[in-house]
Amino acid sequence: MTDATVTQLRNRPRPDIEREPEDISRIGEISRPIGLWEGIFAITAVRRALVLVGLGIAWEVYARWVGNPLMFPSLSDTLSAWWADMSSGRLPGAAASSLRVLLIGYGTAIALSAVMTTLAVSTRVGTDLLATLTAMFNPLPAIAILPLALLWFGLGTSSIVFVIVHSVLWAVSLNTFTGFLSVSQTQRMAGRNYGLGGLRLVIFILIPAAFPSILAGLKIGWAFAWRTLIAAELVFGVSGNAAGLGWYIFEARNALETATVFAGLLTVILIGLAVEGIVFRSIEAATIRKWGMQNH
Amino acid sequence: MLATEKMPGVAVRAGVQTLLQVDGVTLQYKTRDRLVTATYRVSFDVKEQDRFILLGPSGCGKSTLLKCVAGFLSPTEGTMTLDGRVIDRPGPDRMMVFQEFDQLMPWLTVLDNVMFAMRRSGRFPKNEIRDRARRATVKVGLERFQDVYPHMLSGGMKQRVAIARALAMEPRILLMDEPFAALDALTRRRMQEELLELWDDVRFTLMFVTHSIEEAIILGSRILVLTPHPGQVRAELDATAYSHEHQGDAEFMAFNRKINGMLFGMQETAHD
Repeated sequence: MTDATVTQLRNRPRPDIEREPEDISRIGEISRPIGLWEGIFAITAVRRALVLVGLGIAWEVYARWVGNPLMFPSLSDTLSAWWADMSSGRLPGAAASSLRVLLIGYGTAIALSAVMTTLAVSTRVGTDLLATLTAMFNPLPAIAILPLALLWFGLGTSSIVFVIVHSVLWAVSLNTFTGFLSVSQTQRMAGRNYGLGGLRLVIFILIPAAFPSILAGLKIGWAFAWRTLIAAELVFGVSGNAAGLGWYIFEARNALETATVFAGLLTVILIGLAVEGIVFRSIEAATIRKWGMQNH
Repeated sequence: MLATEKMPGVAVRAGVQTLLQVDGVTLQYKTRDRLVTATYRVSFDVKEQDRFILLGPSGCGKSTLLKCVAGFLSPTEGTMTLDGRVIDRPGPDRMMVFQEFDQLMPWLTVLDNVMFAMRRSGRFPKNEIRDRARRATVKVGLERFQDVYPHMLSGGMKQRVAIARALAMEPRILLMDEPFAALDALTRRRMQEELLELWDDVRFTLMFVTHSIEEAIILGSRILVLTPHPGQVRAELDATAYSHEHQGDAEFMAFNRKINGMLFGMQETAHD
């Protein structure tokens, strides 16, 4: 074929095609509900529970195979130690005492962080202050300032609260401030258009708009608080009779009750899971998921 | 919008009262390494019930000019007055509809979004707010979506919510910054028609930024043509005579070509 004929063929108009769509009733299945198993596996809780069961089985099998309860107690030993201390009230007491200290520290840190980030987002001095302080203190491990805290506040709850505040404050502030900065210019302008400014802009526009970041910061802060608390309690219990989970673990180790050590750790994990799975999940479901700010 | 229903006098004053006066406005803004002049000594008047269009290629400072009317920026030179008062800050008497869909608050339902502005500005009695918001959403055809969150809406619907939200505030002037630019062509055309119907109904004063000559001619009653870099007034034209029905007409096309010539010079007139 010569080039000329190719061009000719290309330029020839192609016939129009028109078709009637087929009757929908004849197509058959257009959509159908998904099967039972697929439905069950779509539930996150079910899948997560399966992972837990798998890990539990692996633990039990491995521990039995090792056969050294002093070094690595089995799941069943751990559970019975856990149950014994739960029913005796020793573990719930320790957990309650830890949680109380934790909540005081966490709450204080969040309040401080709210003040600092609000200042930072409304004034330039505030921005510089927050940026510098965060850069300085965020990498500083809480445990490293524990000796200082002990010197200032003595052996007691206030020392632990101090180090918890330190570990939570910077993480939460950093996340919140980053969230504030990423709020779109359009949303800010829309807010200012209504006459919002200063604190009212922060409360009504910036906080909800930056909520995904804030929530992420709160989660990280919660985890940091837990770690710091347990670590600090391992160093010295809380004063007097109200000893926390860290002290519980420490004592059990001294007594070579390894199953009890594991029971203590298990409690720490369980509380962490409960907070993550119940508290934070319901906050997420009621906020950022409902608002379409998080898609998974 | 609802004020006009209560004030029959408005119809008589139509197109007479000067609402917004822009006088010799030069706008400059700083980037990291230079001072950019966006507009240079721009002057124009917007009368009540005008559909005033700022038209120009990108970089002519038309959006900057609109943001200045909204009060987000202040002019380096010249003055802007609304009802004789100098504009120096953002305020709910000049409601803005943006191009971006994220101007809605994702944490509020459609109705709450409309009520949000009314509540926060404190301009309306508390017991009327819900009612007014409902009426505003009905006006833009969203009565069935009042309790839906914005992420479930299409782009066109989001823009309708933004328009409802702005109109519910009964602003002195409605500012629109290329509100339909991010929509597909069919939706855009429908939205233009709806905006004109709404204007027929409510008779608000509108200031509208666009870079589409066609959109300017169809929507506008008055078109301010700006030159690029920096924006200067090239012409202020009357476009009351044209709407969607005239789109293919010889007159419409001639008008289009005229503006095209002003914007780009006579050599490239064929396309928009």
